Amino acid sequence: MCLAVPMQVLELKENTAVVDLGGTRRAVRLDVIDRPPTVGDYVIVHAGFAIHCIDEEEAKITLQYFEEIFADETSR
Amino acid sequence: MKHDRILLDHGSGGRASHDLITSLFLPQFDNEFLREMNDSAVMAIGGTKLAFSTDSYVVDPIFFPGGDIGSLAIHGTVNDLAMRGARPLYLSVGFIIEEGFPMADLKVIAGSMKNAAARAGVVIATGDTKVVPKGATDKVFINTAGIGIIDPDVNISGQNARPGDKIILSGTIADHGITILTCREGLQFDAPLKSDSAPLNTLVAEMLATSQKINVLRDPTRGGLATSLNEIAGQSRVGIRVHEETIPVRPEVQAACELLGIDPLYLANEGKLIACAAAQDAGKLIDIMHKNPYGQGACIIGEVISDHPGKVFMKTIIGGNRIVDMLTGEPLPRIC
Amino acid sequence: MKHLDEYRDPHLAGKLIDKIKALSHRPVRLMEVCGTHTVSIFRSGIRSLLPPDITLLSGPGCPVCVTATEEIDKFIKLGRQKDTIVATFGDLVRVPGSSSSLQKERADGADIRVVYSTFDALDIARRNPSRTVVFLAVGFETTAPTIAAAVKEAKKEGIDNFYIIPAHKIIPPAMEALLAGGELAIDGFICPGHVSVIIGADAYRPVADKYHIPCVVAGFEPVDILQTIYMLLSQIEEGKAAVDIQYRRAVNFTGNEKALALLSEVFKTCDAPWRGLGTIPDSGLRLKDNYRALDIETKFDLTVPRTQDHPGCSCGDILRGVKTPLDCVLYRKVCTPSNPYGPCMVSTEGTCAAYYKYHD
Repeated sequence: MCLAVPMQVLELKENTAVVDLGGTRRAVRLDVIDRPPTVGDYVIVHAGFAIHCIDEEEAKITLQYFEEIFADETSR
Repeated sequence: MKHDRILLDHGSGGRASHDLITSLFLPQFDNEFLREMNDSAVMAIGGTKLAFSTDSYVVDPIFFPGGDIGSLAIHGTVNDLAMRGARPLYLSVGFIIEEGFPMADLKVIAGSMKNAAARAGVVIATGDTKVVPKGATDKVFINTAGIGIIDPDVNISGQNARPGDKIILSGTIADHGITILTCREGLQFDAPLKSDSAPLNTLVAEMLATSQKINVLRDPTRGGLATSLNEIAGQSRVGIRVHEETIPVRPEVQAACELLGIDPLYLANEGKLIACAAAQDAGKLIDIMHKNPYGQGACIIGEVISDHPGKVFMKTIIGGNRIVDMLTGEPLPRIC
Repeated sequence: MKHLDEYRDPHLAGKLIDKIKALSHRPVRLMEVCGTHTVSIFRSGIRSLLPPDITLLSGPGCPVCVTATEEIDKFIKLGRQKDTIVATFGDLVRVPGSSSSLQKERADGADIRVVYSTFDALDIARRNPSRTVVFLAVGFETTAPTIAAAVKEAKKEGIDNFYIIPAHKIIPPAMEALLAGGELAIDGFICPGHVSVIIGADAYRPVADKYHIPCVVAGFEPVDILQTIYMLLSQIEEGKAAVDIQYRRAVNFTGNEKALALLSEVFKTCDAPWRGLGTIPDSGLRLKDNYRALDIETKFDLTVPRTQDHPGCSCGDILRGVKTPLDCVLYRKVCTPSNPYGPCMVSTEGTCAAYYKYHD
């Protein structure tokens, strides 16, 4: 239902941010985002709005879980 | 499909266009040339094999990164002729211009056509100009038609794909389609997007000089790679299997597609070709294509199979299988 | 592309599939509620990799597909008003009303413009002060806050030619309605990731507790979805029915407070018609009195005749997983992708549309 993609914050203005995905840039609104992002953060963008600032710690935990799956395999 | 009006979908190059042609035009005009449903008709006149093709250009905006309506109109018809293995020679140009259109813009377009024709080695041999009242058209539309000569031993058609053929793509997909889409009001991005509009006749000539085993050539314009592959599968009564990870897409194009929820497989290309060629010649074809400026990204993306005639399958990046259908309507940005 | 490519890794996907196979002992039916999941599952070919015991069902899908016929009829009536520009997300233009669609209206001369964001619609209003600009406010909880922000901005800036026509839908009441509708054959829910960014995973607790169905909030990349399937199977295996989150980089249990506050400042819930599911209590949003003037229905009379879903339409049962499209009397006979009745055919990857295209 709701298409949204992670984009990196390049620039911050009052209530907008310039964000980048693979060289494609756009200004997005920050009216809805859960917490104010800083430059370099990744935000989830839906219909021209940043709706969430990605939690890098949680992302790491998920990726770590995947590494464990690989580890499972190699130790067998 | 029951429609009492023509919709934009009917011109999008996908299923609706196909239905319109087969249900309305073909029954009226039916003959052996049209029935082939190829990019150009091929006919013998006085012992010479001629390719003959026409196309109209209504692109909005008329100027876009990587080209304009003028160069596009030359490249498009040159490419349609080249896709039958022809050497394009002479073009006609018809303008339909809206009253009030700036003279300076028309001059730019004509200049761009002159340059494109020179680069492709074709002569604009005849033309026509009509002006219609303001609002009766949008700025300027251009029709081009062209003829070219085909060597006697060349036989290239959408019907000729054979099981075992490799499918070669000449470079990245979706560049033109995403560039035009993101020029529209409300869909603009700051991105280095650029149309791939280019003449492919020299690339084709070099390919033909390298291999006698090229069976199909097609430029995946409107409807994109997915639609062209489906057309080939349908015309040749074969199945086609492609490998997702081998299909090149520029990162900025991929990114804009992700943002808008559009599949690059369905976006137009104006400077790319697909070739179906015997497997043993695929390697040397790729080598020769890499030496041409318009074939530098050439790669093998799949193969023709005998199973499932008329269908296109894709091995996905994660190793799954899925069917790739024709475009059903004009690609539109989605929120879901 | 960071936060995307990691979750498209073929080796990782292969490992997860092995784990899923090891855990799959009996027939299990999982429903993805979200249309973007449906598209992602289709595009990545996940179904072809799963053991045959696992069936993935497509749920109420996208907010556009469940937009009721009468709502589309309203949009169409709106497009026929003088000096009006209709701004819409692209998804909506092909969805059929009772006798037309927005794309047919555009062919007949209505000024219908596709935009990427509500703020693009606001720009159109700024540039066309003499015309009425109306944004078709569809979307689930993910999209509704962005509309709320535009409504607030229009009011603040005094852009008095900008209006919306609220047709939002909210998800948990629809899931409940689906479950309350009786017999049901679903063993687990793949819950919508981006709706949950806003509402938080706690919103699914009633479903998990009352109906004893495990719920896992999923991200949208193939590896996200495979991990979610694995998490659901683990719960099913252990007889649990908990709410869990796979998409932790974006979703927490309580949601996005700022967005929720914005929603409740601008909107209040109301009953809403869903294509194929009928009217569901408290499943829609309308403007609060403070913002009511921005509802286009305060300016134009957009009353349209009430339309009923076709009595033969089986979308409700197909969504519940108790019927397949082949059991529906309309399927393929009158209901086709070019002439769709219910949401399962309207959505290009909905259950009926997928059956139509891929089952010969």
